[in-house]
Amino acid sequence: MGKVTGFLEYQRLQEASEAPQLRKKHYKEFVVHLSDADAKVQGARCMDCGIPFCNNGCPVNNIIPDWNDLVYRGAYREALDVLHSTNNFPEFTGRICPAPCEAACTLGINSDPVGIKSIEHFIIDKGWENGWVVPQVQTVKTGKKVAVVGSGPAGMAAAQQLARAGHDVTVFEKNDRVGGLLRYGIPDFKMEKSHIDRRVEQMKAEGVTFRNGVFVGKDFPPNVYNWAKETIFPDQLKKDFDAVVITGGAEQPRDLPVPGRELKGVHFAMEFLPLQNKVNAGDKVKDQIMATGKHVVVIGGGDTGSDCVGTSNRHGAASVIQFELLPMPPEQENKPLVWPYWPTKLRTSSSHEEGCERDWAVATKRLEGKNGKVEKLIAARVEWKDGKMVEVPNSEFELKADLVLLAMGFVSPVQQVLDAFGVEKDVRGNAKASTDGEGCYKTSVDKVFAAGDMRRGQSLVVWAIREGRQCARAVDEYLMGSTVLPR
Amino acid sequence: MHAQGLYDPTNEHDACGVGFIAHIKGKKSHSIVEQGLLILKNLDHRGAVGADKLMGDGAGILIQIPDQYYREEMAKQGVMLPPPGEYGVGMVFLPKENASRIACEQEIERAVLAEGQVVLGWRDVPVDLDMPMSPTVRAKEPVIRQIFIGRGPDIMVTDALERKLYVIRKSSGHAIQALNLLHGKEFFVPSMSARTVVYKGLLLADQVGVYYKDLQDPRCVSALALVHQRFSTNTFPEWPLAHPYRLIAHNGEINTVKGNFNWMRAREGVMKSAVLGDDLKKLFPLIYEGQSDTACFDNALELLVMAGYPVAQAMMMMIPEAWENHTLMDDNRRAFYEYHAAMMEPWDGPAAMAFTDGRHIGGTLDRNGLRPARYIVTDDDLVVMASESGVLPIPESKIIKKWRLQPGKMFLIDLDAGRIIDDKELKDTYANAKPYKQWIDSVRIKLDELEKEPEEPKSSLPLLDRQQVFGYTQEDIKFLMAPMAASGEEAVGSMGNDSPLAVMSNKNKPLYNYFKQLFAQVTNPPIDPIREAMVMSLVSFIGPRPNLLDTNNINPPMRLEVSQPVLDYADMAKLRNISKHTGGKFKAYELNICYPVAWGKEGIEARLASLCAKAVDAVKSGHNILVVSDRKFDADQVAIPALLATSAIHLHLVSKGLRTSTGLVVETGSARETHHFALLAGYGAEAVHPYLAMDTLVELAKGLPGDLSAEKAIYNFQKAIGKGLMKVMSKMGISTYMSYCGAQIFEAIGLNKALVDKYFKGTASNVEGIGVFEIAEEALRLHKLAFSNDPLLANALDAGGEYAFRVRGEDHMWTPDAIAKLQHSTRSNNFNTYKEYAQIINDQSKRHMTLRGLFEFKLDPSKAIPIDEVEPAKEIVKRFATGAMSLGSISTEAHATLAIAMNRIGGKSNTGEGGEDENRYRQELKGIPIKKGESLASVIGKDRVEVDLPLQAGDSLRSKIKQVASGRFGVTAEYLTSADQIQIKMAQGAKPGEGGQLPGHKVSEYIAKLRFSVPGVGLISPPPHHDIYSIEDLAQLIHDLKNANPKASISVKLVSEVGVGTVAAGVAKAKADHVVIAGHDGGTGASPLSSIKHAGSPWELGLAETQQTLVLNRLRSRIRVQTDGQIKTGRDVVIGALLGADEFGFATAPLVVEGCIMMRKCHLNTCPVGVATQDPVLRAKFQGKPEHVVNYFFFVAEEVRQIMAQLGIRTFNELIGRSDLLDKSKAITHWKAKGLDFTKIFYQPEVPASEPRFQVEEQDHGLEKALDHKLIAQAKAALEKGEKVSFISPVKNLNRTVGTMLSGEVAKKYGHEGLPDDTIHIQLQGTAGQSAGAFLAHGVTLDLVGEGNDYVGKGLSGGRIIVRPNTEFRGWAVDNIIIGNTVLYGAISGEAFFNGVAGERFAVRNSGAITVVEGTGDHGCEYMTGGTVVVLGATGRNFAAGMSGGIAYVYDPDGDFEKKCNMAMVALEPVLSSADQEAKVDRAIWHATTRDGEGQTDEAILKGLIERHFKYTGSTRARNLLDDWANARGKFVKVFPTEYKRALGELNAAKQSTEKVAA
Repeated sequence: MGKVTGFLEYQRLQEASEAPQLRKKHYKEFVVHLSDADAKVQGARCMDCGIPFCNNGCPVNNIIPDWNDLVYRGAYREALDVLHSTNNFPEFTGRICPAPCEAACTLGINSDPVGIKSIEHFIIDKGWENGWVVPQVQTVKTGKKVAVVGSGPAGMAAAQQLARAGHDVTVFEKNDRVGGLLRYGIPDFKMEKSHIDRRVEQMKAEGVTFRNGVFVGKDFPPNVYNWAKETIFPDQLKKDFDAVVITGGAEQPRDLPVPGRELKGVHFAMEFLPLQNKVNAGDKVKDQIMATGKHVVVIGGGDTGSDCVGTSNRHGAASVIQFELLPMPPEQENKPLVWPYWPTKLRTSSSHEEGCERDWAVATKRLEGKNGKVEKLIAARVEWKDGKMVEVPNSEFELKADLVLLAMGFVSPVQQVLDAFGVEKDVRGNAKASTDGEGCYKTSVDKVFAAGDMRRGQSLVVWAIREGRQCARAVDEYLMGSTVLPR
Repeated sequence: MHAQGLYDPTNEHDACGVGFIAHIKGKKSHSIVEQGLLILKNLDHRGAVGADKLMGDGAGILIQIPDQYYREEMAKQGVMLPPPGEYGVGMVFLPKENASRIACEQEIERAVLAEGQVVLGWRDVPVDLDMPMSPTVRAKEPVIRQIFIGRGPDIMVTDALERKLYVIRKSSGHAIQALNLLHGKEFFVPSMSARTVVYKGLLLADQVGVYYKDLQDPRCVSALALVHQRFSTNTFPEWPLAHPYRLIAHNGEINTVKGNFNWMRAREGVMKSAVLGDDLKKLFPLIYEGQSDTACFDNALELLVMAGYPVAQAMMMMIPEAWENHTLMDDNRRAFYEYHAAMMEPWDGPAAMAFTDGRHIGGTLDRNGLRPARYIVTDDDLVVMASESGVLPIPESKIIKKWRLQPGKMFLIDLDAGRIIDDKELKDTYANAKPYKQWIDSVRIKLDELEKEPEEPKSSLPLLDRQQVFGYTQEDIKFLMAPMAASGEEAVGSMGNDSPLAVMSNKNKPLYNYFKQLFAQVTNPPIDPIREAMVMSLVSFIGPRPNLLDTNNINPPMRLEVSQPVLDYADMAKLRNISKHTGGKFKAYELNICYPVAWGKEGIEARLASLCAKAVDAVKSGHNILVVSDRKFDADQVAIPALLATSAIHLHLVSKGLRTSTGLVVETGSARETHHFALLAGYGAEAVHPYLAMDTLVELAKGLPGDLSAEKAIYNFQKAIGKGLMKVMSKMGISTYMSYCGAQIFEAIGLNKALVDKYFKGTASNVEGIGVFEIAEEALRLHKLAFSNDPLLANALDAGGEYAFRVRGEDHMWTPDAIAKLQHSTRSNNFNTYKEYAQIINDQSKRHMTLRGLFEFKLDPSKAIPIDEVEPAKEIVKRFATGAMSLGSISTEAHATLAIAMNRIGGKSNTGEGGEDENRYRQELKGIPIKKGESLASVIGKDRVEVDLPLQAGDSLRSKIKQVASGRFGVTAEYLTSADQIQIKMAQGAKPGEGGQLPGHKVSEYIAKLRFSVPGVGLISPPPHHDIYSIEDLAQLIHDLKNANPKASISVKLVSEVGVGTVAAGVAKAKADHVVIAGHDGGTGASPLSSIKHAGSPWELGLAETQQTLVLNRLRSRIRVQTDGQIKTGRDVVIGALLGADEFGFATAPLVVEGCIMMRKCHLNTCPVGVATQDPVLRAKFQGKPEHVVNYFFFVAEEVRQIMAQLGIRTFNELIGRSDLLDKSKAITHWKAKGLDFTKIFYQPEVPASEPRFQVEEQDHGLEKALDHKLIAQAKAALEKGEKVSFISPVKNLNRTVGTMLSGEVAKKYGHEGLPDDTIHIQLQGTAGQSAGAFLAHGVTLDLVGEGNDYVGKGLSGGRIIVRPNTEFRGWAVDNIIIGNTVLYGAISGEAFFNGVAGERFAVRNSGAITVVEGTGDHGCEYMTGGTVVVLGATGRNFAAGMSGGIAYVYDPDGDFEKKCNMAMVALEPVLSSADQEAKVDRAIWHATTRDGEGQTDEAILKGLIERHFKYTGSTRARNLLDDWANARGKFVKVFPTEYKRALGELNAAKQSTEKVAA
């Protein structure tokens, strides 16, 4: 265990970051991982609890106390081994995970939780810097072929695990690059895409085949980005492979059915964000949606909304305002009744620090514009009573709006894909499969497994990794009769 | 009574009063018989009566054959007896049924003829049939007849006749058992001898002389009478179990009897006796299975005596002194013991043995002196010895010597020679009889002295794979091995064990985990292996044992000795090549216990069988060291669990009579923690080489901090295991490895009967479970995983998760969600959230955690009732109590919150060990309630509180249960009077059989105040209560406490283990009002990890056994039963009730409600939520509220009600004992758990329906007989008006606990401060019974003229005790004993002056009393934390062991005190003159005789005390010393605890700095 009394002696340290005014000028990551000395001190704060709630709070069940201790003792390589034993891609989660582990940290009951995410970030960066992250090639091949449809974090995790179990894995990705929402949904300033590329290289070395630009299904809705050049029917896949894992995410965005929605300048976040990432990657993009000089209204108070804010500011927006339908949450949650669970509280993201007005309990009533182009937004204040939303009388107001970005979350996976596979769906339109017991992660269709957002609906990257790993185990067991892959 | 349900008669215990009287010159008289019977009567209180007042536990008397009387009686039948010594008398119990009786008689006659002797005739022993007798006793009453056997023509001397009689008795007994008659078991031969005869039966003490008319006849004469009064845990009428046996009467218990039995059995094949010759074979089996420990002992002793050993020498062989570490012992005597140690393992356990062969009579005490035995010698040649003094009314003027038996010592009266032979002379005689020292030197080989051998090559397999084969986890390394390697100590942990039993675990567990360590409670004491290390020994002999009966010692064989049983690489290499070093005398043979993986699990059975056969072949072909080895496993060969193989081979060799022809050494990769080594030893290993643990240590040493070499790591590990083994042995009260070896002190949980009977015979296993193939399967699974390509195991061991929760590790009942839901529900008073919590705990359909989790209720929907018909929750919550958590283990805030909550709901909170702030109860007891607006801080003081708690009107901070633990911290008369219930903690679930230690840095000013100790001085709680070494001692303590507070119920807390039911029955008979059966899994502030995990059993087992045994004994009606241990939900409560509990204890759950999040860091004082810490910074973070705790208990009660409604039961009482409403869950498919069988748990004893299943009546404590009623009446003026009173009262040994009830009255009215000094002055005249002056309050003086027994001044609370001899007595005070053992135990304050010598353990755990005594026995001032002791004469050994505070001044004119003093925690200093001290010694470290008093010079203190000693007692020694003071002072030694010295310095420094600040 770190230091017995470390939690009494040391303070939590935030990772350093570039000043907002400076970082707004570029699209690079601006958070600096801890120094060796700081990491040691942060590790020393861990109390090595008899019940590490973090271990439970973390969706991939990272064995946090163990690597905290190893970092405290300077055993970085061992720390990396422990970290990798539960998490295929700590460089993703170490950057963009909201860290439910920290919400569950015991020290957080009456003090600042251990900076778990910063330590994870430190460990994995240390690993890459020192060349410790190398392909783990399975020499004993099973001769079984598995297709993974969708290369987001769930698909990547499943593919890597399956390859390490000795299967021949092919990953199908409809877009031109691997990574799914990680690649095109997360702005580079939060996570640079070289991290994905490095992993792809590792996975290729481990025997995973990637087929980009290939859409698996029949047809596809227009408002979801799709740059596929080729289409394969699911039946073909089922014929060619011993098992198919569908990890296509939950890409169907929630729309705003108000008058004026059809105006130009009103876009889903996922029409806006990917283009910037492509540009950063060196692609030529025609008609990129730009916020430069515009009055931007972001509708939706979540992380995607934040990403829109950060990107708009980098474009040089004239103003950015972000709405949320729900009332402003409290600054501090009622810990005795919430800990160790994820609290609803006011969260200020790094993008907010870069400049943005935020408003809560606001409902958009309509959009108005000229020449088919949006110019203003009319909204009203709402109140919530017994879970029901009521408009506050006479509270209507209007705002200048040249660009309206809809970031209200995702409704479900793309139904057309699930329908093409013919899998049974749950009430929310997700692929139906359990996560425990016999036949877990298996859909109603033989050979076909589902994981990640496609199975659970929109969620966190860390949940996607968990599902990918667990699904791989289920597939391995399905193919081989038994498995040693960890859940 | 036959075994049924969980009741098993093999668990019965007894303890007793024992005594004898003898005429030294052998003069026979009837008065000796009469006086013997009188001793019996006066020991009456040491026995017990059961449910039926007319049914005792048995009593009897052994006398010499009254030749003249028998001669005349037989003459009436026309039988002329031959001269004395030429005939023998057999006392025979015969079946009442005629035909059976005749069959038995004929078998005896046949045996007499077969042995060439003559049947002279039979005599009906006249008994009083009109004597009132319990019907159950009457029903079992045998026909009692005597057979007279004359010598045959070949028999010339009485000794030869005696041997023939022995053969006749044994062989006829075997023949009758072989007849297998229904009534055959009623046959028993109490004695058959040419010298002695035994009259005994299931009689009350005063009935023996009435029932047997022979004893009333004046012609019935004897020169000796040995008597015994039994106190048994059961109430089943068994006549033969009464003592005395043929040679002995015993008070105490042989803990190692199972091993001794096995070893005796093992010798049967190889023993040869020149004396007994061919007759020897007729004696087998020597000992029947299932006999009592005393009977086994008697059988073995008898064999030794008949084979030619003098009885005293035989006793020395069976109960040797602690010679191993005895630095003062004479060389020859040590050689004698060492020589015989290889021949026979000690029969270990508390024992006061009186023995006689008819010509000698004597007594001896076990090595640790755990039973009392006092004796006197008179000027008319009588010797009287008894468990206590004062059993015969002998005028003081006739007594010339008063003394006691001392630990390991013996004394003998040779009636033929007509003199007493003392210990030294006796033992010197035997020790010098043969050149033992020379023999030892030539036959003993010490392994570590042999030349080094090249070490074995190491395995080429990767270490990680090898570790995985044996199921190593990361936690084994982190929590167990690394601490041992680094510090040589086992690691400590905290909180309870909430992970599943091995048989339910989804993980693959080592076979070791299916066994639980047994431990001593009540019927015998655990030992303190640290402070009383002098009696402990790890010496082991490897190899064949010499012939036990080789009395002539012709060419004794070689023996190989190791100083401790954990062998390292070098040891093992030597052992393999032992033949080379011993000229072929020793030959090792390796038994490879691996077999091909390809054989699968089925392979194990045949493999074990062939191993056993191979072992036999090896021994028969001349190998005499068998090495059971799993070293040869690899990817294709799997190892049979070493424990299974070892036990199978050991027991097989025992059954073949070959075990003593060979040594058994285990070489295994599996052993890595103490528990593993203990098991291997317990099942027969003489030594263990844990090669893989050592390989691991070599690797581990590199990564540990500091420059730890591999050698040092291994050395430390061996040391830690050695200490751990001593701890495991000592918790059962066993002190030597030799007697622990093969003693099987374990119970199995989760192994089926077939397996146990075949491979672990004699081990209890009550819930069935897996069999041998599942064991193989589990080993195979581990093996497969180790060599698989499991990615998690590629670079690392399995995470474990036993000691700390891991999502992928072992399951725990307390999951993160369970804790969160419980906290959220109780904080928001949300029953639905509570139900979510309860569901996590209760639903074990997927996660198997506890036995009860696999139970289900037999629900009949037609019987369900509406919930509003069920008893209300506010009634049910009154049955709830919180666990005994001391203020010290948890914070003031956490402790008070529980008390407030429990008082609000009408339940009970428990102080825990360590006293209670009187501010929490004084006002309340005066009738002044707490008012609105008051708070915790306003009641106990602002500076005591970090987080204040507002109080409501009528709240109470008083803990209704006051605990009395072995440390007796803060147990004052006032503390006791403030209780509703007084709980005697016999054991604690997390570490039964062990003591505890509060390190000095945790003893804050407040804790020191509550515990009456010095801040900064560490406090040790001894493993045993030093006033409870047996069941009758417990009865005495119960009596003491009841006297101190007659209104309080007395509770005894036990921990579940096999046999706890019988202990509970004994507890009920000892008059406890309440008994707690704690599960093994309960929490703790700090305990060795191996104890948390591996000692004790689940409460489901212990509680069910308790209920069944109490009901069977018809004792259940008068005792309340409480259970605790991981009780968390209403379902737990209902199951507890169905299994027999009236009440329930909760500890961890309410702590969780208060904010505990199972950090398991209590022992580190770093609890981050302010619950289990004393750190003010952390205490300030405490968030618990009484309201939350109240909510919790109401939720639990509500859940109980819901279940009751479903079951259709309206009142809680109707639930109790209804185990018929439980069933085994039908859904268990788990591959291991499915073999469990709970039939025994659900068993309903066969007793009439009218027999109560729950408590309905109160115990009769017999308090009305107390002398104190008179004293209180006479002290009325003092009690009511504070006037001085003074009076005289006679006293007898039957007057126990004198002055205590009076003190309770004083304390109730005047608090701990009591009355002004000497307000009540009582002069007592005579011999006081036990516990004179217990808890004597301030202002009371007991001036006892005569003598005292054990426990004088126990818990002295400010009073003054003077004990001085009667003026008629002529002996010197310094040469005569005046008070018994364990005097001033836990004394708090006050003073005591004893003009005479004290027994063992004088002033043990004294925390403030001042005393002067003229000499002490062993272990004086043990665990003392405060006070002042002056010893004016010799002390025994081990003085000041564990002494952390206070001062002792010892008169040491010969300068040999240092050798007798345990120097581990003290330093010896001269007593300086006052002038010198003032000049040279810093005042900061001057001792003060009163708490918070000014320091004085040692000379002033010492001289002052001796002056007062003289004033009060008229001591001659005191006068002489004072008269020559200048000279005398220099001969005193000051015993100064180093910790106390340091703390005094620190306190002073702190005081000065605060003064500076103030200035």
